[in-house]
Amino acid sequence: LCTYHRFIFFFCIQVLFFGFGWLFFMRQLFKDYEVRQYVVQVVFSVTFAFSCTMFELIIFEILGALSSTSRYFHWKLNLYVILLVLIFVVPFYIGYFVVSNIRLLQRQKLLFACMVWFTFMYFFWKLGDPFPILSPKHGILSIEQLISRVGVIGVTLMALLSGFGAVNCPYTYMSYFLRNVTDSDILALERRLLQTMDMIVSKKKRIAMTRRQMYQRGEDQNKQTGFWGMIKSVTSTQTGSENLSLIQQEVDALEELSRQLFLETVDLQATKERIEYSKTFQGKYFNFLGYFFSIYCVWKIFMVKFWSQHISFILVGIIIVTSIRGLLITLTKFFYAISSSKSSNVIVLVLAQIMGMYFVSSVLLMRMSMPLEYRSIVTEVLGELQFNFYHRWFDVIFLVSALSSILFLYLAHKQAPEKHMAL
Amino acid sequence: MASLDRVKVLVLGDSGVGKSSLVHLICQNQVFGNPSWTVGCSVDVRVQDYKEGTPEEKTFYIELWDIGGSVGSASSIKSTRAVFYNSVNGIILVHDLTNKKSSQNLYRWSMEALNKDSSPTGVIVSNGDYDREQFVENAVPLLLIGTKFDQIPENKRSEVLTRTAFLSEDFNAEEINLDCTNPRYFAAGTSNAVKLSRFFDKVIEKRYFTRDSSQMTGFTDRKRFNFKSLHYD
Repeated sequence: LCTYHRFIFFFCIQVLFFGFGWLFFMRQLFKDYEVRQYVVQVVFSVTFAFSCTMFELIIFEILGALSSTSRYFHWKLNLYVILLVLIFVVPFYIGYFVVSNIRLLQRQKLLFACMVWFTFMYFFWKLGDPFPILSPKHGILSIEQLISRVGVIGVTLMALLSGFGAVNCPYTYMSYFLRNVTDSDILALERRLLQTMDMIVSKKKRIAMTRRQMYQRGEDQNKQTGFWGMIKSVTSTQTGSENLSLIQQEVDALEELSRQLFLETVDLQATKERIEYSKTFQGKYFNFLGYFFSIYCVWKIFMVKFWSQHISFILVGIIIVTSIRGLLITLTKFFYAISSSKSSNVIVLVLAQIMGMYFVSSVLLMRMSMPLEYRSIVTEVLGELQFNFYHRWFDVIFLVSALSSILFLYLAHKQAPEKHMAL
Repeated sequence: MASLDRVKVLVLGDSGVGKSSLVHLICQNQVFGNPSWTVGCSVDVRVQDYKEGTPEEKTFYIELWDIGGSVGSASSIKSTRAVFYNSVNGIILVHDLTNKKSSQNLYRWSMEALNKDSSPTGVIVSNGDYDREQFVENAVPLLLIGTKFDQIPENKRSEVLTRTAFLSEDFNAEEINLDCTNPRYFAAGTSNAVKLSRFFDKVIEKRYFTRDSSQMTGFTDRKRFNFKSLHYD
C-alpha cells in the first residue's frame, strides 16, 4: 500500500466517524433543539472522529495491519490534532458561548472568551504540579506535558464512571433489588397528587376572588368620606392583605408538596417499567450481562490479567465498544436532564471535551489490558509518561467511586420503601 | 365554589418557551420576575367575565394548568403527567418563535393531550402520526401563542408570521404572537386581549352551554395501558 492510498484510506474512515458523530448529534442530542451555530456541531463531530481514530489505531496495532512506521506516523498525527482540539479549540468555544449568554459581556465577546481561555490554561497547567506524572527530563513545551494533564482528567473521569457503572449496572438489572410496585400504589399516589392540585386551585381562586373584591372595594373606598369611613377602609384592607399572605404561604407549601408527589410518582412509574422490562427477553439478557460484568469488575479490582492475544483483542474490542456506547448514553441522559435552549451549545461542547479526554485516557489505560508486545507503540508515541501512576490512580478512584456508589444506592434503596409506607 | 364549576385549560409547549411567564401574565397582569423550570404542573387562576358588557355577564374562574417537560421525556414522566390531562376544556399551545423545533413539537404535544381525552377507556394508541381531521372536528378549543416575538429581527418577521399562520390553520386555532416580558401586549383593548378573551369565552361556552361535551369524571375507572414498547437503556 503506497503512501497515497494509505492516506485516502485513513481519511475515508475518519469521514465515516465524522458522519456518525454528526448523526448522533442531530438525531439524539439536539433532536429537540434548533441548531443555530453549526460550529458546535462541527467541533463535536471532529472531536468524536479523532477520538474514534485512536481506537482504530489500537486495533490496527494488535492486528498488525499496515507497516509499523506508518502506524507510528498516524498515531503522532492524530495525537497532535486531538490535543489541539481538546486544549485550544473546544475550551475557547466553551468560553465564547458562555460569554455570549451573559448580556453584560456581549460587546467584547472575543476578548472575554480569550480571557476565559487563558484562565483555563492556567488551571490546566497547575494541574500537573501535585501529580508525579512526568520524569524530570522533559522540557516545558513538550507533548508529554499536555498529554499527562489530559490523561489525569480523563482517567479520573473514567474511574468515576466505571466505578459507578460497575455498581449501578447490577443494581439496575438484578431483580433482587427491585421493589414491588403495584398499579394501586401508583393510582394512590396519583390521587394524592390530584387532590393537592385541587387544593391549590381552590386556594388560588380564593386569592383571586379576594383580590378582585379588594380592587372593587378600593374604588368605593375613595368615595368613603368622614372619620369612620377612613377607619373602615384602613382596617378592611389590612385584614384583606393579611389573609392573602397567609393563603399564599399555604399555596407555596402545597406547590412544593405537589412537586414532590409528582417526582415520587415518576419514580414509581420508572420502577414499574423497569420491572416489566426485566421480564422481557431483552431484559433477561441484560440481566445476565449485569451479572457477568459485575463479576468482571470485581475481578478487575483484584487485578488479574490475561496474556493471550485473541482474548486480549476481544476484550479490548468489547471495552472500546461498551465504553463508547456507555459514554454516549450517559452523556445523552445528562444532556437531556440539564440543558435548555440557551445553554445547549455550551453543554454539548463540554460533553465533547469530556468525551475527548475520556477517549485519550482510555488509550493510556488500555496499555494495562494489552500484552507486552503491543504496549511498545503506545509507550513510544506517548513518551515516557509514568504509566504506573495512571494505573494506580485509576484503581484508587475506581474503588472510591464504587464504594461511594454502593453506599449511595443502599441508602436510596432503604429510603424508598419507607416513603411509600407513609401513605 | 363547587368543584363541578371548574373550567380547565392546559398550557402545553416545550421546555423554555415561556409558558410560566405567559400564565403569570394572563392571570396576574404582571411580568413574571423569576422563571425557573416547572416540575410537574403549576396551576394559576384567571378571573374571566363571560360575555362582558352584556346583561348575561357572569364571572368564571378559569384554571390554567401549566405542564412542564418536553415531548422527548422518559415514558415514566409522560405516564405521570397524563393524569393532568383529564377533563380538559381548552388547550393553549405555546411555542418559541425563535425555535422552529418548538413549533413542530406542538403537533406531538397536542396528540399527547388529546388522545388522552378522546378515547373513552383511556387507552393510549398514539403512534405519533398527525391527523388533521382530528383537529378540524375537535371538541376542545385551541389557542396558539408564539413567544419571544421581540427577539426576531425586523427582516425575518414576515417569514415567521407566515409560518405561524400555517400552524394556526393546521390546528384550526387563533394565534397570538407576543413577548412575555412586556405587559402591553395584553393591555385592555388590544387585539391580543380581545382574542384571548374570545378564546376563554369560547371555552366557557363549550363547557356550560352546549350539550355534547363529554367529561371524564374520576380516575378510578380509568385503566391506563401503554401500548408503546418500553425503551430502557
